[in-house]
Amino acid sequence: MQTFVKNIAEENHNLATHLLRILHAIQARYHYIPEPAIEQLASSLNIARTQIIGVIKFYSFFHLTPRGRYELLISDSITDHLLGKEALTYYISQKLKVAVGEVRADGLVSLDNTSCTGLCDQGPAGLVNGLALPRLDRARIDQISELINQETPLEHWPSELFHINDHIIKPDLLLNHPITPGHALHSTFKRGITATLAELDFSGLRGRGGAGFKTASKWQYCRDEPETERYVVCNADEGEPGTFKDRVLLNSYAQQVFEGMTVCAVIIGAQKGFLYLRGEYLFLYDKLQNILTERRQLGLLGNNILNSGVNFDIDICLGAGAYICGEESALIESLEGKMGIPRNRPPYPVTHGYLDKPTVVNNVETFLAAAAIAHLGGDWFASIGTEKSKGTKILSISGDCARPGIYEYEFGTSIETILSDCGAEALLGIQIGGPSGLFISELELQRKLAFEDLATGGSFIVFNKHRNLLDIVNNFTHFFAHESCGFCTPCRVGTSLLKNQLAKIVDGHGSAGDVVALEELCALVKNYSHCGLGQTAANPIISTLARFPELYQSRLKNISYEPGFDLDAALETARQLANRNDAAAHLTQVEQD
Amino acid sequence: MKTKIRIATTSLAGCFGCHMSLLDLDERLIPLAELIEFDRSPLTDIEHCTNCDIGLIEGGVCNSENVHVLREFRKNCKILVAVGACAITGGLPAMRNFIPLEECLTEAYIDGIGVENAQIPNDPELPLLLDKVRPLHEVVKIDYFLPGCPPSADVFWAFLNDLIAGREPSLPYECVHYD
Repeated sequence: MQTFVKNIAEENHNLATHLLRILHAIQARYHYIPEPAIEQLASSLNIARTQIIGVIKFYSFFHLTPRGRYELLISDSITDHLLGKEALTYYISQKLKVAVGEVRADGLVSLDNTSCTGLCDQGPAGLVNGLALPRLDRARIDQISELINQETPLEHWPSELFHINDHIIKPDLLLNHPITPGHALHSTFKRGITATLAELDFSGLRGRGGAGFKTASKWQYCRDEPETERYVVCNADEGEPGTFKDRVLLNSYAQQVFEGMTVCAVIIGAQKGFLYLRGEYLFLYDKLQNILTERRQLGLLGNNILNSGVNFDIDICLGAGAYICGEESALIESLEGKMGIPRNRPPYPVTHGYLDKPTVVNNVETFLAAAAIAHLGGDWFASIGTEKSKGTKILSISGDCARPGIYEYEFGTSIETILSDCGAEALLGIQIGGPSGLFISELELQRKLAFEDLATGGSFIVFNKHRNLLDIVNNFTHFFAHESCGFCTPCRVGTSLLKNQLAKIVDGHGSAGDVVALEELCALVKNYSHCGLGQTAANPIISTLARFPELYQSRLKNISYEPGFDLDAALETARQLANRNDAAAHLTQVEQD
Repeated sequence: MKTKIRIATTSLAGCFGCHMSLLDLDERLIPLAELIEFDRSPLTDIEHCTNCDIGLIEGGVCNSENVHVLREFRKNCKILVAVGACAITGGLPAMRNFIPLEECLTEAYIDGIGVENAQIPNDPELPLLLDKVRPLHEVVKIDYFLPGCPPSADVFWAFLNDLIAGREPSLPYECVHYD
């Protein structure tokens, strides 16, 4: 092992910023990060061992104790639940004789849950040693169990088990007009930097991650910084449950995404770029590396791009299962090989980003659009959309609809139109923008897709009337408690309190005061958290409480108060140890007169 | 003479530190005694409370007796107050929540150093331990929380004066910062 770790560290030039890559390699080889490897890395990378342990504990895909040689993770997204995830997990657990969260005694296989894997249109989904497994059903589980029990190496598993569909159902402006590799760069050089920035400005393009900051302004600010070293980062840490458009863009439009990054580099004067790819999209890694190689051969990347004198190259960094790394400053921390804890903002990445240098961080879709605009001009893009939301938005639609998949819509399109296109019937409501977004009911179908009304990073989950709304909210609330990075108290403690208080009501232990307490807690977590995660963690509760108060009320007891846990059961251990069962050894749940 | 405000106090899984801090009111106790009188409290030895205005409880809930006492307070006090860190969060006693109860009792009564005639106590007179120490508000409805370990005499002073005067209690910043 010593030699293995030494080689990996040396391949990464013993750089602490490469810690995640090194840990990925060790985890893949040994199925955990052994203590001696931590000691060895601490000395060769010259960082504290506690820092390495901190990083291992922070990311869900690294482990301090051995996982199975086949590590199975099942996606816990609400969309997977709608497709029968729970029963299926039980089946897998029975079939492979391993409990959820455990490693089988022979060490061959481990089973656990993981946050949304971005295969919402083809779930229930899972990961085996990091590789995505779509469309799981009993037949596939039987097949997979057999492959595991026979210890078949993953490269010999039938390829259809790993086949991921794009499901592009409604392409529009961007998806219908992919640009030829090099064209956006040619146009940029021909037009000049200032003129290209002006086109981008005129296009009205705003960031597609959800926040909607004007792209031209971001690039301009970065360019204006008095520094020589600048960076371009593409945020492909698509972790918001229900979002999967970036997976499709990187699978079928990666050339154009990389071209957009390169145009950005030309404009801001960066020599180095990163694609931060979420760990769940490991299956795209080799394909994307090949595309980068191809671009270097075409002279679109590397030294002296298209004989312009510009040098720029792109590196791919793999995440390791942390939703918070989609927040841009946490993503930068992660790129630097650290725990993904959001920074204080300001200063913003555009002035102090990667290694504290000016950095542009944009979403995959933003770079895709920027490349098209650089080639086709701002007018082409700005001609459609609304006043403040130009162009189109690519949506990932999943849940209770006949045709889940990728849809591209002109901004300003009504929710009703979208629902009719994807085939949604007997509607309960739609979660727009994922758990951190908004739940809207069937009374709001005239609302529009636009920054002025309903903004979204692309997640669009449909629920029909047969679904239990509180189960949905419960799933989202658990998600945030799991994904809180733990840095600030309002979020670390608050998301767990939200989970417990909601459970108290859902489990039927609540009374009127408990809803008030829940509302107060929501306000506290929302107003006092450090970053967007905590600030939006209460949204599922807030938006459903406002729309469906009667659903919450129906769970309440008509008494002043009752504990949220089973009081008498809490005495069971002591009863057994003292061998007692007299009346005084029991408690009633509420006081009896 | 005006009717005095009736106050009951008790310590559940606490250390009486909050009670000691109440006594730190020192000479301010004299004017306070003009306005209040104590019902059930370690200070009076009254066994059960009846019709009180305010109940002050320190300590969390660690056993069945704590549950009964807490319920008696809730039933008899118009305003029930969780006093101090243990009542609000479980505090120090709640550190055992991370160790299974069986291990705690085995260590204390079976395997511990110097234990003679080892056995887990089972006298029916003894209250049974809950598997986890709970803050008060997880067992009954609590109206106010006085933070601190212990809350300072000034906290009690400000809080009681507000309540007695019929104002919504509010603690000044000096009372709730600990640096």
